[in-house]
Parts: sequence; structure tokens; C-alpha cells
Amino acid sequence: MNFAMLFDPSQFVKNLPYMGMGMLGIFIVIGVIAALTMVLNAVTAERKKDDRDGE
Amino acid sequence: MEVLYENLLNLDWKMVVMWAIGGILIYLAIKKDMEPTLLLPMGFGAILVNLPMSGAATPEGPLTTLFNAGISNELFPLILFIGIGAMIDFGPLLSNPLLMLFGAAAQFGIFFTLCLASMFFPEIKDAASIAIIGAADGPTSIVVAQKLGSNYVGAIMVAAYSYMALVPIIQPPVIRLMTTKKERMIRMEYTQKPVSKTTRILFPICITIIAGLVAPESVALVGFLMFGNLIRECGVLGSLSETAQKVLSNLVTIFLGITIATKMNAEQFLQLDTLLILGLGLFAFIFDTAGGVLFAKILNLFLKKKINPMIGAAGISAFPMSGRVVHKMALKEDPTNFLLMQATGVNVSGQIASVIAGGLILNFFMA
Repeated sequence: MNFAMLFDPSQFVKNLPYMGMGMLGIFIVIGVIAALTMVLNAVTAERKKDDRDGE
Repeated sequence: MEVLYENLLNLDWKMVVMWAIGGILIYLAIKKDMEPTLLLPMGFGAILVNLPMSGAATPEGPLTTLFNAGISNELFPLILFIGIGAMIDFGPLLSNPLLMLFGAAAQFGIFFTLCLASMFFPEIKDAASIAIIGAADGPTSIVVAQKLGSNYVGAIMVAAYSYMALVPIIQPPVIRLMTTKKERMIRMEYTQKPVSKTTRILFPICITIIAGLVAPESVALVGFLMFGNLIRECGVLGSLSETAQKVLSNLVTIFLGITIATKMNAEQFLQLDTLLILGLGLFAFIFDTAGGVLFAKILNLFLKKKINPMIGAAGISAFPMSGRVVHKMALKEDPTNFLLMQATGVNVSGQIASVIAGGLILNFFMA
């Protein structure tokens, strides 16, 4: 493969939107998962407290 | 008599070079204890396929049969993910869910390398497959490279597994370059918060649904990982969990390691492209580390209670190596500063984030 012929620096800039979308996508998904985990922790912890109060 | 030496005439210098490469992988596995479960079978497999007229590598040979049975259809790495999922304890992460953000930040190297690789490889599927080396996860790299139909599957797999083993060498200089001594000495108190069994059971199910809705191509990866974790956490499948963690993982690893070598024949592997791929893979790991550390430093601008920025580096998916590297570096600066639980939590989140990154890459570039 002749890299001198194939080297195209403009591709770096052309593909930057994928970098943006990819990082945004990961942060959004992970953010949702983190939020859901906090909700799960809160709900299950409350349920445990209610069980103890009911005793 | 001729029959004893005529095959020697088929020996090529490139095959001998591949024997040396195989030997290096075996040396690293045995002497340096670097990912021996994979580097040793890969090294030996490289020798097997680079013997002249090798009976192991013919179209009907055992390695080709195994490749068609488990790698070309991504089955082996997915089954391995069941075992990996069964091994992971998400407890430290579940008790501190915000640590997941560092796992997300540490995937920066994947997308940065995508841009870098696209400058050298005109086909975006190849650039994307090379970029996924930064996932620091063998099964994810294999699945993505295979699904995208990359021409460089062999080099990508060797790079992914080799750099995972080299994490203790790659990460520390990058972390030291990006942090001050004062930052490396930041203490982070760890309070053990209890995590309910219900949360532990619902977590893998919810992640699969969320990841699957956003990146449907990631369902196989995420789903198999979380299935393994669910087997572990449900509490009623002890023997299955043990089988997944030990027997299943070991069995698939044996086949996976030696079968990867089918892509290491001299003609395919000894190309300038391979060196370039190895270089880009290294960049991916470096920028993963940098991304995680930088994210922590940016957060520290706004936080009163500072975070030790080194834990950002643990977001790379090389589990548990990356977490241990960060923990050891913290101890080196201050022998009383224990970051193991936080680093492990971030490290585990990196596993999830890397799989989601793989799914996003497939979403972007699969035809």
C-alpha cells in the first residue's frame, strides 16, 4: 500500500462529526444508565426502610 | 528421500519472521505473564499457520473450520462475553453510579483514532475497525471488525490483545504527563454504600434494554455480557455462574486464541499496514487514557471536593489491569491513599462504555 498516495489529512476534519456524535452518544447513554441506577438504589433502599418501619 | 525435504523448498523468509513474532508473543505470555491466556495460543497459532503447506491452515483444515464456526460469525467472542459478564462484580460501580461518566470519557481514544486512521485508510470500515482497538476489549474488537468486514482483522486482534497486556507500560507515562504530583496525591474517601439484590438483578436487564434501543447493533455484545452478569447476580444459578466464569471462558479462550492466528499468515500480516495499525492502536490507548484523565481534571474545576484525576485513566476497558495500575500509582505517591475501589468502579464502567462505543461504531458504519 502506498501511503504517500493515500494519505489524506482532510479526512480527519471530515470525520470529526463522528467523534462528536460518538462521544455525545456515549455520555448520553451512560448518563441515562447512571441516573437509572441512582433511581434503582433510591427505590430499593426506600423499600427496605419501609419494610423495617412496618415491622 | 525427496519427500523428506521438498517442503523445505516452500519455506519463505516471511514465514520465519512470523515464527519469530509467534515466539515473541509466547515469550511475553510465559516470561512476562502478559495476557498469557491469549498471547500464548496466538503465538503458537502464528507458528502453525506459517509452516509451508500447513495442514492446519488449509480451507478444510481445523483452524479454518474453527474460524468459520466461531470467529467469522462472531460467536466465540460473544460466548466469551457471557463468561466475562459472570466474572464482573458491578457493586463498586452501583454504589457510586457517577463513576460511570469516567468510563464514558475514557472511550475518547476510539473516536479520535477513527479520525486519525481515516487519513491513512480510505475505506471507513477499516478506519473504524482500527479505531475500536481503543475499546481495549478483545471480543468487542473482533465483533466490530468482523461485522464491518475489515480487511485487517488479524492485525487488529493482535494489536487489541497485545496492548491490553501492555496497559501497565502504556498508561503510567501518559498519566504522569497529564497530572501534577499534587493531583496524583488527592485523596478520595470511599464509603461502602449497600447495593440491594434487586438493583443488582435489574441493572443488567435495564442496561441491555437501554443500549439496545440506542444502538441495536450492540444488543449481541451488551446482551451477552449482561446475561453473564445476570447469571451471577440472580443467586439461583450458582453452578451456571461458576461454569461460565471458569470452564466456558477457558474453553472459548483456547479456541479463540489459536483461531485468531488464521489471520496471521505472513502474506496478510507482514504489510506496512500492520505497522501502521499497531501504531494507531497505541494512539487509541494513549488518547483513551488522556480522555479519562482530562475529564476528571475538567470536573475538578467545578468541584469543591476534588477527584483524583488518575481514576479517569481506569475507564479504559482493560479489566482489572487498568484499575490496578491507577491504584498502584496512587500508592506510590502516598502509601496511605487507597483508590482501588473507585478505580475498580471506573474500570468496570469502562467495560460497559466500550461495548456501547462498539455498538455506536457499528450503527454509524454498518451498511
